[in-house]
Amino acid sequence: MRLARLSAAAAALTSVGAIALAQDTRKEIEKYQRMISDASPVELFELEGEALWKKKQGPKNASLEQCDLGLGAGVLKGAYAHLPRYFGDADRVMDLEARLLHCMITLQGRTRDEATKRVFGNEDKLSEMEYLSAYVAGQSRGVKMAPGMAHPKEQAAFELGRKTFFYRAGAWDFSCASCHGEEGKRIRMQDLPLLFKPEYARPVVATWPAYRVSNSQFKTMQWRLNNCYQQMRYPEPNYASDLTVALTLFLTATGEGEPYRGPGTKR
Amino acid sequence: MIRSTLSGTLLALAACTSVTIGEPPKLSERDLDEVYSALKRDFHARGIATMSRIEPDAAQRICNLHRDNPPAELAKPIEEAQLKAIQFPAGDLLGDWKRGQRIAESGIGMQWTDKPGPGGGSCYNCHQLSPQQESHGTLGPSLLAFGKVRGKGPEMQRYAYGKIFNAKAYNLCSQMPRMGHSGTLSEQQIKDLVAYLLDPASPVNR
Repeated sequence: MRLARLSAAAAALTSVGAIALAQDTRKEIEKYQRMISDASPVELFELEGEALWKKKQGPKNASLEQCDLGLGAGVLKGAYAHLPRYFGDADRVMDLEARLLHCMITLQGRTRDEATKRVFGNEDKLSEMEYLSAYVAGQSRGVKMAPGMAHPKEQAAFELGRKTFFYRAGAWDFSCASCHGEEGKRIRMQDLPLLFKPEYARPVVATWPAYRVSNSQFKTMQWRLNNCYQQMRYPEPNYASDLTVALTLFLTATGEGEPYRGPGTKR
Repeated sequence: MIRSTLSGTLLALAACTSVTIGEPPKLSERDLDEVYSALKRDFHARGIATMSRIEPDAAQRICNLHRDNPPAELAKPIEEAQLKAIQFPAGDLLGDWKRGQRIAESGIGMQWTDKPGPGGGSCYNCHQLSPQQESHGTLGPSLLAFGKVRGKGPEMQRYAYGKIFNAKAYNLCSQMPRMGHSGTLSEQQIKDLVAYLLDPASPVNR
């Protein structure tokens, strides 16, 4: 109900926005963003995520309630703000989605293939991973972003992420910096944040995962990177792989110190 | 116990000193190998986007090693090789500017969800072209009135065609994708874009 009203409002705003675009584009877009963030359905997704967190499933018929997201088994408050980080039990650096996947496999006894069958949902139904991400991230609101940067493997991941950010490859010779490397640039009307600079990275890492009004979908950081690489004309990154986690650690550490205020609402 | 606290402190101190925030790195040969290996390990082919796309070529390698600003003696021979590899069609290179406009507007093609074969040019993602199209990117220079100030002579046609086919032949570390070289656009599509840029009747020049 609320969703239907919201998308009707968004559609109306879009046509109004189109007329006003010529007059003062940026001001209109900012106004639009303020209006949409007042009516975000994120709370509903968080509730659905909570139910999935507590739901017994998999061969071991277990919930995720004993999942250790870095601050101890079952501790959710502030956990997202301290990711990605190194986990000794897996001997690797993990972001939220890599860690949730790890818990699905170890606690619930599920296979990686089954648990990653549908990691990106659509406007009709979010994926399990998206609901869970909304729930876990929401419990870091107000907590300063402080990913793990002390362990040697965390530092190595940060460095790999930093190098990858500037490494050009693919059919179109793009690196992340091709779009996010210069101040004040746009693709079409979309502003491009200079993500290797703290002042630009901070508001970004403090608001992902996020609800996207333009397509009524909830999106995670893994999706954000996946979609960037799609547009960069690369092959597809493996879900929750070390390289994607390294990039997320690089971005999050660059935006470190910003109080988390997500899950956010994007255009 | 004391030793473990001490080593923890040393680790934390190392963290403070070894990590650089806010600056692009200078990539060494070893760094390039490291990223390439990680891409090979952590990516998979999907649809038309095969793993061959992450194989580095000479231009990418030199640009990555020199932060897009290689010394001329290294850049020149590769630029020349890229220029030599451009297949310039014989005769007039001015296609149909109306078709060119549609190609410039379209961002379809080359993604793992796309069909094989030529799609759009994605020109408006980065460039301003027609004054009527206000939704344009700014990553590339404005091409407003491109032909009006340059004319549509054979030399200019050849330059525009070559630049779209392979921008790296003219400026090795250009941010612009090599639209012909990469198979993104066909010969006819590039001719249509040349017309969109140079034809006096095109909105770009009116």
